Amino acid sequence: MTGEAERMAVPISVNVNGVRHETEVEPRLLLVYFLREHLGLTGTHVGCDTSQCGACTVHFNGRAVKSCTILAVQANRAQITTIEGLAHEGTLHPIQEGFREKHGAQCGYCTPGMIMSAGYLLQTSPNPTDEEIKHALEGNLCRCTGYVNIVEAIKWAAERIRR
Amino acid sequence: MFPASFEYFAARSVEEAIELLTKHGEDAKLLAGGHSLIPAMKLRLAAPRYLIDIGQVPGLSGVNVDGETLAIGALTVHADIASSDLVRQWLPGLAEAASVIGDVQVRNRGTIGGSVAHADPAADFPVILTALGASFVLVSPSGRRTLSADDFFIDFFTTALKPNEVLTEIRVPLPPSGSGTAYSKLPHPASGYVVVSAGVLLSRQPSGQCLSARVAIGGLGSGPLRAKATEAVLQGQPLTAEAIAAAAAKAAEGANPDDDLYTSADYKRHVAAVYARRAIEEAARRAAG
Repeated sequence: MTGEAERMAVPISVNVNGVRHETEVEPRLLLVYFLREHLGLTGTHVGCDTSQCGACTVHFNGRAVKSCTILAVQANRAQITTIEGLAHEGTLHPIQEGFREKHGAQCGYCTPGMIMSAGYLLQTSPNPTDEEIKHALEGNLCRCTGYVNIVEAIKWAAERIRR
Repeated sequence: MFPASFEYFAARSVEEAIELLTKHGEDAKLLAGGHSLIPAMKLRLAAPRYLIDIGQVPGLSGVNVDGETLAIGALTVHADIASSDLVRQWLPGLAEAASVIGDVQVRNRGTIGGSVAHADPAADFPVILTALGASFVLVSPSGRRTLSADDFFIDFFTTALKPNEVLTEIRVPLPPSGSGTAYSKLPHPASGYVVVSAGVLLSRQPSGQCLSARVAIGGLGSGPLRAKATEAVLQGQPLTAEAIAAAAAKAAEGANPDDDLYTSADYKRHVAAVYARRAIEEAARRAAG
């Protein structure tokens, strides 16, 4: 930070993937850059400049949100889960497995955002239809796959979780 | 990319927010959900020097019945309005409008108060709230006042809010029995914003005649427009398909939309009538129970 930015630094306490971080940030620091650059959690991606693509999707107090459209200072006292927080001690989350089983990723850029949005959907809709999945993913854009295998991956995961 | 520098305050109360707004004047902006303001700041279309975050102010969120009124806290997010049992029961048109804003992630952060105060001409809430005859509670150093939606939306991104005033609550009259509400929208295929939309509050006599109707159209001007010609045709008429179509055909009367990058003024006038018809038909179905 520059001298001026240091003088304006705001203290925040944020819980990310179960770990509490207490630090000071510039007010204009976006949450996505806080996660990527301050915490080194680069699984959350920046894919657009217009809050459309959803590659930055994380869970904020249990809700799927676009971390590029939230200031880090707004996350004070919040609980954040990123893609890195899904797997447990090396065991993939069923949604991550689904993307492997059903070839839901090509370049992988949209994938963490897709998985975080899918996770949010399956919290409240454990048996979603194709239409419900597509509706839930309206905030996540993919330029590679045409979405077909993404929907299949999520259906596979939903069935796996129900078992 | 990222915003220009600013000084940040996390207000702990409405009073504190008002103090800060009064102190910093035009250089300050309120931050609620931030899903209109932060995108503008990232593109540097907005660069306030002071940001007053009211997102953590307690008591400004929630949906409650207050006498004959549904009272909605200004910080209530769109997702919670869309899924609220109270809203879906009493004002399904309002839940519908909330459910088609943006996408899931946007609806988890964007607030009804922010949408109303921002007054984007392509937004959903100003249209449905105008149709529903909503009013807005505004708090300033001089006290509280309540303004109707009809008087609140003045121009593009311009409302009757004073510079140091905070919108705290949206109040919607509970419709009497025999009423129906609906919201129908043609979204821009890329952005999801309104190309045209129609919000309707309709009251029906048991005999099937329209007692009264409020029809608001979005996308044809600088804010929501009341389709007074449509309302006049509906009043006292039996709510048949033909009568509704004839009324809806006048939805764009008095409006003067512009051509834009997406489509022409003629197209907007034409589809305004289509979406008005759909919304009126749905409201009439709901009114008939």
